[in-house]
Amino acid sequence: MKHLLSAGDLSRDEAVRILDTAEELLGVARRPIKKLPTLRGRTIVNLFFEDSTRTRISFEAAAKRLSADVINFSAKGSSVSKGESLKDTALTLQAMGADAVVIRHSASGAPHRLAHSQWTRGAVVNAGDGTHEHPTQALLDAFTARKHLGGDLAGRNITIVGDVLHSRVARSNALLLNTLGANVTLVAPPTLLPVGVDAWPVQTSYDLDASLEKADAVMMLRVQAERMNAAYFPSAREYSRRYGLDVARMNRLQDHAIVMHPGPMNRGMEISADVADCERSVIVEQVTNGVAVRMAVLYLLVGGQTDDTGPDTSGSTENIHSDNEGAR
Amino acid sequence: MTTYLIRGAAVLGGDPTDLLIEDGVVRSVGRGLTADGATVVDADGLIALPGLVDLHTHLREPGREDAETVHTGAQAAARGGYTCVHAMANTDPVADTAGVVEQVWRLGRESRYCDVQPVGAVTVGLAGERLAELGAMADSAAAVRVFSDDGKCVSDAVLMRRALEYVKAFDGVIAQHAQEPRLTEGAQMNEGVLSGELGLQGWPAVAEEAIIARDVLLAEHVGSRLHVCHLSTRGSVEIVRWAKSRGIDVTAEVTPHHLLLTDELVRSYDPIYKVNPPLRTADDVQAVREGLADGTIDIVATDHAPHPMEDKECEWSAAAFGMLGLETALNIVQQTMVDTGLIGWPRVAEAMSTIPARIGRVSTHGRPVAEGEPAHLVLYDPAASRVVEPADTASLSRNTPYAGRELPGRVVATFLDGRPTVLEGELQ
Repeated sequence: MKHLLSAGDLSRDEAVRILDTAEELLGVARRPIKKLPTLRGRTIVNLFFEDSTRTRISFEAAAKRLSADVINFSAKGSSVSKGESLKDTALTLQAMGADAVVIRHSASGAPHRLAHSQWTRGAVVNAGDGTHEHPTQALLDAFTARKHLGGDLAGRNITIVGDVLHSRVARSNALLLNTLGANVTLVAPPTLLPVGVDAWPVQTSYDLDASLEKADAVMMLRVQAERMNAAYFPSAREYSRRYGLDVARMNRLQDHAIVMHPGPMNRGMEISADVADCERSVIVEQVTNGVAVRMAVLYLLVGGQTDDTGPDTSGSTENIHSDNEGAR
Repeated sequence: MTTYLIRGAAVLGGDPTDLLIEDGVVRSVGRGLTADGATVVDADGLIALPGLVDLHTHLREPGREDAETVHTGAQAAARGGYTCVHAMANTDPVADTAGVVEQVWRLGRESRYCDVQPVGAVTVGLAGERLAELGAMADSAAAVRVFSDDGKCVSDAVLMRRALEYVKAFDGVIAQHAQEPRLTEGAQMNEGVLSGELGLQGWPAVAEEAIIARDVLLAEHVGSRLHVCHLSTRGSVEIVRWAKSRGIDVTAEVTPHHLLLTDELVRSYDPIYKVNPPLRTADDVQAVREGLADGTIDIVATDHAPHPMEDKECEWSAAAFGMLGLETALNIVQQTMVDTGLIGWPRVAEAMSTIPARIGRVSTHGRPVAEGEPAHLVLYDPAASRVVEPADTASLSRNTPYAGRELPGRVVATFLDGRPTVLEGELQ
C-alpha cells in the first residue's frame, strides 16, 4: 500500500491491519506523554485546498504524536489563492522533501491525480476529495463501530442515512464496511441517491422507519444547506420529519445499537439534540478515534517506506511495538 | 503549376489505377498513364479518397492563439488528410459577425494548407438570447452556410425555431450542440454507475436526447434543415433514426473519440479524457458505430478541440473539455469501422468527405475522384500503423487522448487544389 486514495483499495487484511494498529496506538493517547519517535525526521504536509479544521487538526495531531515534522499548507493565505496550480504546488512540496501529502480538495479525484502524476514521490493520503471519498473517516467509523459491536463487523447491519449523493463519507463507508463483512443499508430520499447505486455492494431504502429495527449502528450524514435550494427535497422541516433521527425513532433501535455522525452536525435537521447527546451517541468518541486511525495510516504508509531510509527509521519501527507493549 | 502522376492508387479501395493531376484538376484516370515532366508519386498499396471535409473543428483564432491558430490547425488538418475544415464560432471574439467570419476565412486562404470554411454563431456572443446577423455572414466573402453555438446549446425553443426558419432564406443549416443546460449544470462525465462511484457530477444521456427530440420535431414543424453535432448515445441514434424514417431533414455526426473510447477511462481522473459530450458507455459506442454503418449517423466530424497543457494538467473538474482529433480521425475510423467490417472505403469517403461537404454546401469539396473534378485528394496506407506520440503533431496543443495507443493507417499524401500539402507523411 503506497497511497490511501479510496477505501475500496483496501483488502480485508489491510483494513483490519490498520484498525488493529490503531487499537495499539490508541493507548498512546492515554499516556501522559502522547508521543512516539516513529516518524522522527519525516515530513508530512497537510495540503488543504478546502477548509476543514476538524480533519486537519486530527491529521496534525496524528503526525505530531508520531514525531513527524508537520507543514500545514492551506489554500487560503497561500499561493493557491493567487492561482498556483495543483501541479506547481505539488512540485514545491516535492522540492521540500515531503514524505507524505495529506490532501483535502473540493475536486473529486485530486488525490488520485497527485498520486499518479510525476509531480510528487511521497505517499498520498486522501483526506476528503469532492463528492468522492474520505477513506480515513470510514476507517475511524469502522474502528468506532467495531469497538462497540464486539470487535468484528462481519454480519452486522449498519444503516447510513442522508445525502448519499454528495457524501464522500457514505461512499467510503459503503466500500469499507462491505469489505469488513457488514451489511450496509443506505437510506435517503430518491433524489439524494446516486444514479447507479444499484451496482454498489449495499441495500437501499427510501424509508428510514423500515430500516431502524435491524440496525446495529445508525450513521447520520450531514445535509448541506445549499441542497435545500436545489429541489432535492421540499423543505428542511419535511426532510427532518422523514429522514431525521429524533428520540421517537431512536427508541425503536435495538438496545445495543449506536448512533454515529461524521460531524459537523446540523442539530435539529438530520439529528435532534437529544439524540446527539444521548448515551448511544458515539460522536465524540469518533473524533478521538480519528487521531488513532490516522496515526495508524501514517505509520503504515510512511513508517514502512524502505526507499530514502532515514537514520532512525528502522529503530523507530521497532519502537512502536515495544512502546505499546509497555503501555498495555 | 507542377503536374503529378499518382501511380497505382486504389480509388475508394477499388482496383489500382493512375491519376494525373494538372492545374488543380484531376486530368485523367486510368491505367498506364504517362505525362512528360510530371512528378511521379508511387501509390502502390495506397487508397485514394477525396480530400476529407471536417464539419466540426475548433481553430481557436481569434482569441486563443496559444492553443491553435488557423494556420497550425490547417496544417494539422492536412496531416490528417483533410482539405476543408469548418471552423467553429466559439472564438474570442465570437464569430457572430461578417467581420469575424471573413477574418477567419482569409486566414485560411493565406495558410494554403486547407480550405477553412467559417461557421457562424447562431446567437450574439453565443449567449442564447438574440439571433446573430446570420444573413450578413451568409452574404459575406466567407459565404457561411453552417451556423452553430457549439460549446453551448441553443436551448431556448423559440430562438431555435426562429433560427431554423430564418436560415432557409439562404439554404443554411443549424448545427445544434444538444445539451439541455439545466440538466448538465456542473456536469463532468457520463452519468451512470461510474459517475456515482467516482463522485463526479453526471452528464445524463437524457440531456442530449431531449434536445435532439425537440429539435427534430421543430425542424419537421417549420420544414427546415437540422444538423446534430457530436451525437453520443444510443438513445440519440434511435431518435435520429425515427426522425429520418418520418422524412425529417436531419443529419447527424459522430466524433472519432465517441467511436472508440468509453467512460471507463475516466477512472484515471486524467482530464485528457474530459470532453463534451462526455465519453459514454461501451453500449453507446456500439450504438454509434451501428448508426454510422447504417447511415442513421451521416458523417464523422472531429470536434478537434485544442487546449494548452495547463488546462489539462490539473484536477478533473478544473480542466477544459475537449481533445485533438484532426490527425487521428481517419485512423480511428479505419480501426473502429473498416477493420471491424462495418463499412468499406466508399462509405468512409461519404462520411468523411462527400456528405459533410454537402451539409456545409461546399460545392468544390467532397467531389468524386474522377476526371475533371477538383484535385482534392488523400492517399492513405491502411497497412501502416503507428504509436501515437503527443509531440508528433502540427497542432500547437498536445491534448490527444490516444497517446501510447497503436493506431492503424497512415496519411501518406494530401493534395489541395492539385498541390501536395503533405507528401511522404510530411507537411510540404
